[in-house]
Amino acid sequence: MDNNDYSPSELMIVNAARALKGSRVVFVGVGLPNIACNLAQRSHAPELELVYESGVYGAHPARLPLSIGDPTLVSDATSVVSMADLFMYYLQGGLVDVALLGGAQIDKYGNLNTTVIGDYAAPKTRLPGSGGACEIAINAHKIFMIMRLKGRAFVNKVDFVTSPGHTADRAGIPGGGPQLVITDRALFDFANEEHEMTLIEIAPGETVDSIQADVGWPLRVSPTLRDMTPPTVDELRIVREELDPTGLYR
Amino acid sequence: MNELAGTSSSPKVMDMATAVSRFVAGGSVVAIEGFTAFICFAAAHEIIRQGKKDLTLVRMTPDLVYDQMVAAGVARKMVFSYLGNPGVGNLHCIRRAVEKGIPQPLELEEYSHFGMVGRYIAGASKLPFFPLRSYTATDLPKANPDIKFLHNPYGEDEIAVVPPINPDVAFLHAQRADAQGNTQLWGLLGMQKEVAFAAKKVVIVVEEIVAEDIIRRDPNRTLIPGLVVDAVVVEPYGAHPSYVQGYYDRDNTAYLEWDKMSRDQASTEAWLQEWVYGVPDRGVYLEKLGKERLATLAPGELWADGVNYGRYA
Repeated sequence: MDNNDYSPSELMIVNAARALKGSRVVFVGVGLPNIACNLAQRSHAPELELVYESGVYGAHPARLPLSIGDPTLVSDATSVVSMADLFMYYLQGGLVDVALLGGAQIDKYGNLNTTVIGDYAAPKTRLPGSGGACEIAINAHKIFMIMRLKGRAFVNKVDFVTSPGHTADRAGIPGGGPQLVITDRALFDFANEEHEMTLIEIAPGETVDSIQADVGWPLRVSPTLRDMTPPTVDELRIVREELDPTGLYR
Repeated sequence: MNELAGTSSSPKVMDMATAVSRFVAGGSVVAIEGFTAFICFAAAHEIIRQGKKDLTLVRMTPDLVYDQMVAAGVARKMVFSYLGNPGVGNLHCIRRAVEKGIPQPLELEEYSHFGMVGRYIAGASKLPFFPLRSYTATDLPKANPDIKFLHNPYGEDEIAVVPPINPDVAFLHAQRADAQGNTQLWGLLGMQKEVAFAAKKVVIVVEEIVAEDIIRRDPNRTLIPGLVVDAVVVEPYGAHPSYVQGYYDRDNTAYLEWDKMSRDQASTEAWLQEWVYGVPDRGVYLEKLGKERLATLAPGELWADGVNYGRYA
């Protein structure tokens, strides 16, 4: 296998998995977060405790879960609890180090929209809604976003705030808010006084201009901008052979 | 199963048609719960067949089950927290109802997952509201004025609160119960216990009915006591195409097919005609599905060890 032959999605997934280094308890969301966290557990972080909002703590899934409520999450898990226990004691109790979230729209402060495109009362597109994302964004110590960078996703103002990003008033928000945005074309952080999204890494072949073209506000660029690190042969093998043999996420 | 001691003499044991006609009225607030697992499609299909109207459907994740009910025109309103085909994509019928009013408009009342769990807890424990750390700096309270903030009487901050909910009837699927409705469930516990205590009437639907002594040998596994159960319906594979831990896996093909087929109201209605109106009950649905299809859903075995509760005579 040639490690130059990887898709933008695979670049995003392995970068998200690597970002979990040093975390112990990760709250796993549906879709891309699911495959990234499972990759982390199978590569550099076997001790990672995967928490799913369906009520699973310490999941060791034998297959890539089809959803966050897959029965493979139950079998061989450390504990399976009610959703009341999960949200009250694990999440609100402050035990979650990091959570991965995605969304249809994000703004420069990391506010996420997963509810509607257009007006709430007469939506152009009705999206799934919060699920657990709203309270996850508020209670997890750190939030990593994982989503594709494409036109109309990175907007100056989201149509609806489903999950809060960095706000001036942190009262009522015990968690630390968004720290990283991991995409298929670039990586961003919020490590500045204004907590504004900043371009820190770009995929090979991308430029600041090509990224800016799909971002709806004048982008801050890190003075130490560098290339995203490509997947290793081993990471690609786990993704392709173990986690996603049908290529759903390629 | 009917030979089991107590089964035939328990007035709670009935078939699905009887349970639905007895406990679901036009305009009822109905909760068919279960998070990804234990979703009682058998109950939903019978509600559709009986032509119930103007229902308020309560469920954290509407899933295919409410997509089908909305397409069939039984619902006026939906209370929920995540509107998706889990692991697949969108729920096209609900979107069609919300965006275009087809086959009829659908009113939405939405919360987050924790908010819905909190509503069930408040409903079950007769509290006026449930406080939670959520909703701060979001647009959800604007979309739903029942999400409010209260001043913390012991501090300087504010806390979000959600109102209790007490559905008229809940349909809750599980692995097994006795004839009195003492229900054991393992796997994703979801919110099944909270809903059972919150709902005014509870219909338990099980893969198997078992003798009372099976239940009492493992009391920690009894999630719902018969005390709050009004009916027990035995309906093997009643949660297909969702799953029951240890009994059958999710029929993911059905979830993927629904994603394609449900994009159009006409093809959705053809599906409902074939699989819901066109079959008299769950037994015929399963025959139509076929033994081979069901056999592909069988999981391997992974048994827990028994524990010693001790005998203290």
